[in-house]
Amino acid sequence: MSAWLSQIAKEPDEETSASIHLAGMHLIADRSGALYWPEENMLIVADLHLEKGSSFARFRQHLPPYDTKATLRQLGRVIEAYEPERVIALGDSVHDRSAWDRLDETDRSEIETFAKRMRDWFWVAGNHDPDPPAGVPGRAVDNLVVGPLNFRHEPGGVIGAGQAEIAGHLHPAARVIGRGGSTRRPAFAYDQNRLILPAFGAYAGGLCLSAEPFGPLFGKESLRAAVCGRSRVFTVPAKSILGWR
Amino acid sequence: MNAPSALPTTPLPDSFQTWFDTKGWSPRPHQLALLERAEAGQDCLLIAPTGAGKTLAGFLPSLVDLAGRKRPRMGAVGNSPLHTLYISPLKALAVDVARNLTMPAEEMGLGLKIETRTGDTPASRRQRQKRSPPDILLTTPEQIALLLSHVDAGRLFGNVKRVIFDELHALVTSKRGDLLALGLARLRQLSPDLVATGLSATVADPDALAGWLVPQNSDRPSTADIVTVSGGAQPDITILKSDERMPWAGHMARYAYADVIKAIAAHGTTLIFVNTRAQAELVFRELWSINEDSLPIALHHGSLDVGQRRKVEEAMARNALRGVVATSTLDLGIDWGDVDLVIHVGAPKGASRLAQRIGRSNHRMDEPSKAILVPANRFEVLECQAALNANYARAQDTPPIRDGALDVLSQHVLGMACADAFDEGDLYEEVRSAYPYRLLTREAFERVVQFVATGGYALKSYERYARIRQRKDGLWRVANPMVAQQYRLNVGTIVEMPVLTVRLVSAKQAAQRSKNALRGGRILGQVEEYFLETLVPGDSFLFGGEVVRFEGIHEDNALVSRTEGGDPKIPSYAGGKFPLSTYLADEVRAMLAEPKRWNELPDQVADWLRIQKDKSALPGRDGLLVETFPRGNRHYMICYPFEGRLAHQTLGMLLTRRMERARAKPLGFIATDYVLGVWGLADFGKLIAEGRMPLDELFEQSMLGDDLEEWMGESYLLKRTFRACALISGLIEKRHPGQEKSGRQVTVSTDLIYDVLRQHEPDHILMQATWADAATGLLDIARIGSMLQRIEGRISHQRLERISPLAVPIMMQIGKEPVFGEARDQVLEEAERLDEDALLAEAMMDEDLR
Repeated sequence: MSAWLSQIAKEPDEETSASIHLAGMHLIADRSGALYWPEENMLIVADLHLEKGSSFARFRQHLPPYDTKATLRQLGRVIEAYEPERVIALGDSVHDRSAWDRLDETDRSEIETFAKRMRDWFWVAGNHDPDPPAGVPGRAVDNLVVGPLNFRHEPGGVIGAGQAEIAGHLHPAARVIGRGGSTRRPAFAYDQNRLILPAFGAYAGGLCLSAEPFGPLFGKESLRAAVCGRSRVFTVPAKSILGWR
Repeated sequence: MNAPSALPTTPLPDSFQTWFDTKGWSPRPHQLALLERAEAGQDCLLIAPTGAGKTLAGFLPSLVDLAGRKRPRMGAVGNSPLHTLYISPLKALAVDVARNLTMPAEEMGLGLKIETRTGDTPASRRQRQKRSPPDILLTTPEQIALLLSHVDAGRLFGNVKRVIFDELHALVTSKRGDLLALGLARLRQLSPDLVATGLSATVADPDALAGWLVPQNSDRPSTADIVTVSGGAQPDITILKSDERMPWAGHMARYAYADVIKAIAAHGTTLIFVNTRAQAELVFRELWSINEDSLPIALHHGSLDVGQRRKVEEAMARNALRGVVATSTLDLGIDWGDVDLVIHVGAPKGASRLAQRIGRSNHRMDEPSKAILVPANRFEVLECQAALNANYARAQDTPPIRDGALDVLSQHVLGMACADAFDEGDLYEEVRSAYPYRLLTREAFERVVQFVATGGYALKSYERYARIRQRKDGLWRVANPMVAQQYRLNVGTIVEMPVLTVRLVSAKQAAQRSKNALRGGRILGQVEEYFLETLVPGDSFLFGGEVVRFEGIHEDNALVSRTEGGDPKIPSYAGGKFPLSTYLADEVRAMLAEPKRWNELPDQVADWLRIQKDKSALPGRDGLLVETFPRGNRHYMICYPFEGRLAHQTLGMLLTRRMERARAKPLGFIATDYVLGVWGLADFGKLIAEGRMPLDELFEQSMLGDDLEEWMGESYLLKRTFRACALISGLIEKRHPGQEKSGRQVTVSTDLIYDVLRQHEPDHILMQATWADAATGLLDIARIGSMLQRIEGRISHQRLERISPLAVPIMMQIGKEPVFGEARDQVLEEAERLDEDALLAEAMMDEDLR
């Protein structure tokens, strides 16, 4: 590396997350796809899909077996950054029912280490993991209510007055259009009643907000997306999301 | 014409001589030369221009041999009647050649069974062909791979005497060529006596092609005999002389359409070649808008619906058309009636490509082919002139044969396991006999076998779910019959880009997105997903010759409606799909550097260069000219490497990274085949002049090290390359038994897999395969490397007050072509601002209410 290049200092870090207000609560959408609730010192992640790689291997598609490590490494980074006391894993934490058994020892003990640092760790049941997790600490729950926020895996529950729903399951991604073309990225989708987290798992993937399941869940005009860009989270309005209703 | 060196000693059998006599023909020397070589058991490469009777030359030895043979009955090994394989890169070509071959075979009364086998052949006939094979089978590389993976491959191919590879020059430079080379190695195992014949157009390196035909690690000579038919008449090529003003930039050559129509009217049938589908669409539409005599002119390109394409091809064969606007789909040697003029709109990008396209006109090789080149802008004039000079000098610039791809090898290894148990050492020797894999190390081969077995990961193993396993006897076998079924569904190396079906709906239906409307909508064809990513609903573009309005995407459909008037937004594909060849680039630089040669050029262009010499400087043949100047509130840096768009794109990414660190605040860049332009906020000229951004260090070769590594992680180009490798190697299946997958629905996104693999095992064999592809493919790193070496110590900086004449074309392209900045975060930022504006408006409204 040339001297003149190495002399040049790095720019200071800028804010990379975005704020979301829901049912009077202030939430922070992290670029990783995790949601942080400062008031409760709580971190929420959805759709980890641990061991999705080895799940495919059973059908002789040998995907790189590092997705669990990649997901946990990312989770570790977010925990370091926010130092939460509570974590909610919002369902589909593993890709299939036998995935807990396929976790290797390092990964399992990493999860244990995380959980031990917390006051509470909740495993919300999802369609991929309806059973309580085996061999890892934490409480298995079907859903969870904290203050005005209802946490459940699949969105679409009844929401009382002054309340809001926080869900996962659908892996939202937004294709955003602008003058220079369009880009598709994972996104937090929300309006005044509901927020759906993007999938946190390394192999989980995303579903465009233009897809059918999202239609009935959000107000036509009031949908917004907190889009996880490469440099930070961008908040964009419904009209910028390609294919939204 | 040069007669082949040795005179043939084998007389033609009587029945053949009689046939030639009744036709009033006599066999050509090269046809007899091939017969002689084949009968002596020598592999042979025939290099001949179009119209030299290549196909008959290829088949004559087979027909002569078959005429004197008693037909074996299918049964034990060595008893299959299958005598000759003919392999062509195109299905249509195989079908066409079968037709042309059946006629003489019947007229000579040889009583032969000649059949084709392609992806379109019905399953019942394919089954029958295995049970009861024809004497001559005409097929494609994929079918060969498929047949070789069957357990009865030995029985089917055990008696094959000849293999003919048509259009070999087109096959060998691709991954299909790698797969075919491996297939040939296996065919030689099954039938050790077979003789290979290659048919090729003129190429830059005939020796490599001749090497491709023969085993590389045996006692036999390591190249085939070469028979060259030099020749034909000199083509009559001109560059369009137009009184119209020559445009500075753009690819559409609008100024020339009136002249093109005149030329079509003055000839029987004209083929109008263009480089991209976008050009094809526009040229077609514009020609029709001034086609006052309603000359029958048709459109042909790969995105159009198949039925539509077949109609055009049939009309062409009947000589019912006066003109066809086409992309490369017609490049290869199918007979399309009597074409007497080729018009090439846009620069040809390579000298050999031009020669092959011109070869489409006038199939009689002793008459000159006629062609007109229509440059679309002033730089293209230089390129056309360079190509024309090369053509007269008979210079060739076909790409070299690359080292065999490891993803293709992985696919082949699995196929071989499906056919039979294999010994690792034996298969390694067999693979190494294939020309592209002659340098493959045993270690690399073993890693490929491990990859096929369990993914070959360093830290964790999928041993339980292996696809192939080494048994106690040391041989590798498929672990489960399902594996072979999976393999057969996914064979081949052609990876389609994800495409969407273009459906016509009414604007109202599109708005409602009603299901019925979608079902009823007429299918116009297909378009790549990445193109649609550059469109916004409401944008219009040309498709199938009509202007359509993009309404939106619904599932796998791109919905479009008809629209009246208005200028369509042209698909913004840059220049051409092919980058400028190294040879032509060098020629263009040479021409620029020598004012004496400018008299070859039109006055407008020569004047342009003279003013450039006056105001700035001319790019040297070996050096690099870098100009800097301010304009508006921005600063520009324009470089003139002439290394092709792909290399310039990569160079642009790397340069802007370095400039960012030098605090030059670059904002974006644009790349064409000739020029790279960067703009930004800091005074580039001043930074360079004061030594704060020394050009020697900016263009240091080290940029291909750390910077490249770092940038690659984010590069969508590399992800696209990885996707192809993942599909070909079998890491990801295109199709899984029981569930058909379209290109869009690969189960786990390969982008995600790439990210994880790069993070956790960056030296995995598939990452290596991706790198190797990228170096010569989408990133063209190899070419940047040799350029950086060439210009070292030869960079000249012109610090200008204002834009130079040579910079005008690229400055005009800015705003018309997508600007590079990979992250695309600016799109998000823009959308966010939109939102902030709305919030502000709301806030102001509240203010008013109060």
